[in-house]
Amino acid sequence: MSGVSLEVSDLTVHYRTLRGDVHALEGVGFTMADGEIMGLVGESGSGKSTLGKSLIRMDSRMRHVRGTVRLDGEELPIGDQAAMTPFRYHRVSLIPQYSMSALNPTRRIGRMIDELLESRGVRPASVRAELLRRLDLVGLSGQVLRRYPIELSGGMKQRVVMVLSTLLDPSLLIADEVTSALDVSTQRAVAQTLVEFRDRGYLAGMIFVSHDISLVNQIADTIMVMYAGKPVEKGTAEAVVNGPRHPYTRMLISSLPEVGVTHAERRLEGIPGSPPGLLDPPRGCRFRERCPLAFDKCDQEPPFVEVDRGHWAACWKAG
Amino acid sequence: MWRYFGRKLFVYALTFFVAVTINWMIPRFMPGDPVRSMLARASVGNAEALEAMRAYYSSLFGLDLPVWQQYLNFWGSLLRGDLGTSVWLFPTPVSEVILGAVPYTLGLLVPAILLSWIAGNKFGAFAARGRWLDNTVLPVGYLLTATPYMWLGILLAWSLGIVAGIFPTAGAYGFALQPSLSWAFVSSLVLHWFLPFLSLFLVAFGGWAIGMRNMIIYELEADYSSYLEALGAPRRLVRRYAFRNALLPQLTGLALQLGTIVAGALLTEIVFSYPGLGNLILEALNNRDFFLLQGAFLFIVLGVLIANFVIDVVYVLVDPRVRVQMQGGAA
Repeated sequence: MSGVSLEVSDLTVHYRTLRGDVHALEGVGFTMADGEIMGLVGESGSGKSTLGKSLIRMDSRMRHVRGTVRLDGEELPIGDQAAMTPFRYHRVSLIPQYSMSALNPTRRIGRMIDELLESRGVRPASVRAELLRRLDLVGLSGQVLRRYPIELSGGMKQRVVMVLSTLLDPSLLIADEVTSALDVSTQRAVAQTLVEFRDRGYLAGMIFVSHDISLVNQIADTIMVMYAGKPVEKGTAEAVVNGPRHPYTRMLISSLPEVGVTHAERRLEGIPGSPPGLLDPPRGCRFRERCPLAFDKCDQEPPFVEVDRGHWAACWKAG
Repeated sequence: MWRYFGRKLFVYALTFFVAVTINWMIPRFMPGDPVRSMLARASVGNAEALEAMRAYYSSLFGLDLPVWQQYLNFWGSLLRGDLGTSVWLFPTPVSEVILGAVPYTLGLLVPAILLSWIAGNKFGAFAARGRWLDNTVLPVGYLLTATPYMWLGILLAWSLGIVAGIFPTAGAYGFALQPSLSWAFVSSLVLHWFLPFLSLFLVAFGGWAIGMRNMIIYELEADYSSYLEALGAPRRLVRRYAFRNALLPQLTGLALQLGTIVAGALLTEIVFSYPGLGNLILEALNNRDFFLLQGAFLFIVLGVLIANFVIDVVYVLVDPRVRVQMQGGAA
């Protein structure tokens, strides 16, 4: 790992709703090194998918309020759909949550890929050999290109999408909950394929969005934990899992089941309470209401600071 | 593949059989006696002569036989292509009367159905793009589909025909003309054709436009559209895929709507006194002309069944999902 490839600072994104703006991302700032696989974890509504989407394509309800994103030193115009288009696919790519239904059902897969490539200014013939090689790598024959999506199993479709999304060797790949719909053994295989893609240089860096912290731990170099629209902790996977600094991360990890422990002996603990509404988020630390360590100073917003080498946390008590 | 079409053909054959049977039954169990109405037309005073004529006509039309035999005879002559003799236009054969009317009905229906389907789909897809268009297309479309064919026909005849005086409101061509390939005749034919066509076109157009507008919005929000957009595919490509996929349910809709459109054409023909099958049916009813009525319905049933079959075939050609399922089913 060398140099900084992705640099996000003060990124704030709101969702427009009829009842007002939902503050889905508030002042998010972090960096990713070249070649880094960052696991992005958090519960539903923590803003992890919103962050992933913001980096490639905001939907019509999302509004870029402030903040910048730099990829390899170049600023991404994330709030501007048209200006962002040249970066999409070539530089930033996405493996969506819905891989099973991501392919047009009425086009042969090969033809759809050709049409997509042509529309992005790539001559299909020039990447044909590479496409076949990568399909082979994930265990698919070139035959799939002549088929319709309905003729493939769910796992095959997922692999096609993985190859298609990374075909142009993007600098940043966003893998958004790619394993959510899979069974446990396939989850691991998919995650490891993505690591292999990185090792072969098919992608320079990846944000692996997931709510499954144990899966993330197996493949990610670093982990960033989000809570209520803000990052609360980021560090190497090892440091975050074994020595979490933020109380939320600690509670999250202690609520995971452990191998060999029967739950008759020790009840699984959840985190009491629920996250704050983001229509009108509370001042100060957003975890304060549920935090056993909360004290007066938590009225003020804790900064996201480096508490150890390469380990950041946003908690007054973490330092 | 062949098993699929075999099954389809069987269902169509069954439908045809049932439809023709019902079609045979309805006029016979309707009140009114065709022979009596023919005798009344002849206005013969002599009771003996009247009885002789009744016997002659009854045996001529086969009405003196038991009902089941009439039914069997009906199928027998149907298969020989003999639809009987018209009572109203006695002694012209029914097939001749109908063949004279069918071109007018087809000339009205085929362009109205196809053009409204194509234009409605294009326009609905186009409207789903813009806010302003969307807000006008929806209410206008609902208004058009909800309009009964004949009411719109009367409205058009009154406004464009009588008030504005642009188009004639009755007949297929000017009363002073004889069918020929002259410029005067053809232009008169087109002028007379336009209003009935327009009323059919407009009603169907509204329905297709609304259907397409809703379908394409659904397709544009489908996962494959989002994925393409995330990978920066241009709007044109995403729209093209969405349009094509949204057309498939519209094709099914067309198959379902055919019957309604044909019925609408019949009413429209009556409003505009257009000499097609619709007008023929009205005359046949007024004259208790069983055979003509049967013949006309037979043609309508045949037309709807053939059109549905064509749509079935087209559907298989355009939707790989149906094709794949068929291959899976045959294997």
